[in-house]
Amino acid sequence: MTEEIIIAGFGGQGVLSMGKILAYSAIMQNQEVSWMPSYGPEMRGGTANVTVIISDKRISSPILHFFDTAILLNQQSMEKFESLVKPGGTILYDSNGVSTPPTRRDINIHKIEGVRLASESGNPKTYNMIILGAFLKVKPIVQADNIEKGLQKSLPERHHSLIPMNIEAVEIGMNQISTVHLLP
Amino acid sequence: MGDIKLMKGNEVIAETAIRCGCDGYFGYPITPQSEIMETLMLRRPWEETGMVVLQAESEIAAINMVYGGACCGKKVMTSSSSPGMSLKQEGITYMAGAELPCLIVDVMRGGPGLGTIQPSQSDYFQATKGGGHGDYHLIVLAPASVQEMSDFVVLGFELAFKYQNPAIILVDGAIGQMMEKVELPDYTPRWSEQEIEEISGDWALTGKKNRKQHIITSLEYSAPPQEIFNHKLQRKYKEMREQEVRFETIHCEDADYIFVAYGSVARICQKATELLREKGIKVGLLRPITLYPFPTQAISDLCSKTKGFLTVEMSAGQMLEDVQLAVEGRTKVEFYGRMGGVIPTPEDVIEAFEKIFSI
Amino acid sequence: MELTDIIKAENIVSQKSKLITENVMHYCPGCTHGVVHKLLAEIIEELDIQEKTIGVSPVGCAVFAYNYLDIDWSQAAHGRAPAVATAISRLQPEKYVFTYQGDGDLASIGCAEIMHACNRGENIVVIFVNNAIYGMTGGQMSPTTLLGQVTSTTPHGRDEKLNGFPIKITELLAQLDGTCYVTRQSADTPGAIRKTKKAITKAFQNTRLAKGVSIVEIVGTCSSGWKMSPVASNEWMREHMFKKYPIGDIKDI
Repeated sequence: MTEEIIIAGFGGQGVLSMGKILAYSAIMQNQEVSWMPSYGPEMRGGTANVTVIISDKRISSPILHFFDTAILLNQQSMEKFESLVKPGGTILYDSNGVSTPPTRRDINIHKIEGVRLASESGNPKTYNMIILGAFLKVKPIVQADNIEKGLQKSLPERHHSLIPMNIEAVEIGMNQISTVHLLP
Repeated sequence: MGDIKLMKGNEVIAETAIRCGCDGYFGYPITPQSEIMETLMLRRPWEETGMVVLQAESEIAAINMVYGGACCGKKVMTSSSSPGMSLKQEGITYMAGAELPCLIVDVMRGGPGLGTIQPSQSDYFQATKGGGHGDYHLIVLAPASVQEMSDFVVLGFELAFKYQNPAIILVDGAIGQMMEKVELPDYTPRWSEQEIEEISGDWALTGKKNRKQHIITSLEYSAPPQEIFNHKLQRKYKEMREQEVRFETIHCEDADYIFVAYGSVARICQKATELLREKGIKVGLLRPITLYPFPTQAISDLCSKTKGFLTVEMSAGQMLEDVQLAVEGRTKVEFYGRMGGVIPTPEDVIEAFEKIFSI
Repeated sequence: MELTDIIKAENIVSQKSKLITENVMHYCPGCTHGVVHKLLAEIIEELDIQEKTIGVSPVGCAVFAYNYLDIDWSQAAHGRAPAVATAISRLQPEKYVFTYQGDGDLASIGCAEIMHACNRGENIVVIFVNNAIYGMTGGQMSPTTLLGQVTSTTPHGRDEKLNGFPIKITELLAQLDGTCYVTRQSADTPGAIRKTKKAITKAFQNTRLAKGVSIVEIVGTCSSGWKMSPVASNEWMREHMFKKYPIGDIKDI
């Protein structure tokens, strides 16, 4: 199994840390991972993206042009990455952040109202975990208990009290995702 | 088995330095490698192992502090990025001339001048051909993964002390900034006074006590002894070329075409190799791990059964010259490069490959 | 007493320090370096710290200091001695580490290194021999060359419009919080030499107390570079150099 993922959105949405938690969770189940941020002087509010690869074998290029899955959280990311998903691949997008939904029909498309759900949950900072939950619903590549272990590893100890809240957010994402288009 | 962690390449350099018993780090901030010193300062190894960490006033001061520390027989290091490395060349040639061991990390960015902060490999000439003045070489290690960032800190110190010569980890910003799974080495204590005596007792500045004075200098008063010394250095480099060449080959056994690439570009070419093989095109990859000494013989050995080499670099073609020297015109040597901080994708490499070899 | 008795060991009243090697010094007649080397050797011997002392020699005439003083030495790149000494001192805190620098090395190309070593308060001694000229390269203008002074690169005399002003670097360094003892001495008379010896001794004692940087500037002569006899050099130094670079303690805390 090899899953090549791009996660893209605004800086400050937790794109990079979501990728890190996903990668750490995969390490917990003994897989190979790479996490490659878009490179440049990123600032809050600007676009941020990260390529995460999870595989059962040694990973060759950490830098990719085409992806199995694109997790797209704003319109700019949709415009940039929709065409770079491999045929048969998957787009998961936040319909609160994307104004023009994807039009391709050779891929699976799912959406979630991430921004609304995060704000309703009372913990807007868990936004990225809601998205992660939605992703894992369609691509259950990482087991739930490994997500918890991944959080333990990637969060500093003083933030470990926040882990249950994050796990709840993952569950919200899993439950609230909706399918836009499925390949036969 | 050591600790398994998800870490950035730059952080791994710092963490491994602490774990392998490094005595001192001296640096100056420059993107994209500042996490090395930042990680060290956050970790406060002086409380844990006694390692000294100091932010110097300039790259020039930092490398001269490394010179001072190395004079004492200590395991010392610095790190920088391309513009900072240009400043360090003075200290590096003095260390080569004084035969001092140390570890230098160069996380390359796009140049010339201040250039960009994005990944590049345009300092290959500077690192492998000397960099500063005089006839000298550094041992040049080129990691292609975060794991190798850790491994080569240990290896770099080992080779530096074996040959009494500076060793450099030459890596592009991509490996410095990316995170991967890494197994960190177990802690090795810093060398005791007695161990330094055993390892470097015949030259280190430990205080003149019941022995001849020790002098660390690269200065010679007249030409003939300088020439004799230079011959000694050349013998040392010859021994490195005979003993220390490291490289990796992937799918070269039946390959019609072979990529030659190092660092992150080797990973990109490995993916290109996989994708091309899916299409039935027999390609392979030779990845130099030591850039000096260069795997000249390994490339030479592959010439007879190869229709052509494609050297891929994030530069205008620097390692290319060493590949050409190894091939000596026996088969085609072609080049594809991106510059200024632009990273090629596997698809870019495939497109260039198919165009160049008309496939 | 027979004539031959004079050379008997028991009749010796003064001899060179055991730390001065048998190598013939390359310094020119009248050069201040010889005197300062002798003082250093005596002080290190008297403090009994030979095995704990590491010197860092500069680029300049004193580059070969290691040939004359029987201690461990590192020879630094031009101006970088304070950076080299910083690491030696930090990695071997029990050692007495000193740099030996001239005015070109310390006040021109090595300005950044001396400033920041002083600012960090490194536990080192700085011996700064200021003769207002580049001796080794053949008598060019240095940052401390006096206005009007003729050198090979100021053949019409140093002109502030063209060359700027002579720099009182020692006074500048005294401003930095990391320096504990800053003094300017000379070595032109027996009395001055005695004072210089006292100053350098105190500087080494400050290292023992881990007080920070001690700087001893010694205003000296360069007969070859100044193109004067040794005697005339000393007279010229007293008349002109001491006016710009007055002798005495600048800071002592």
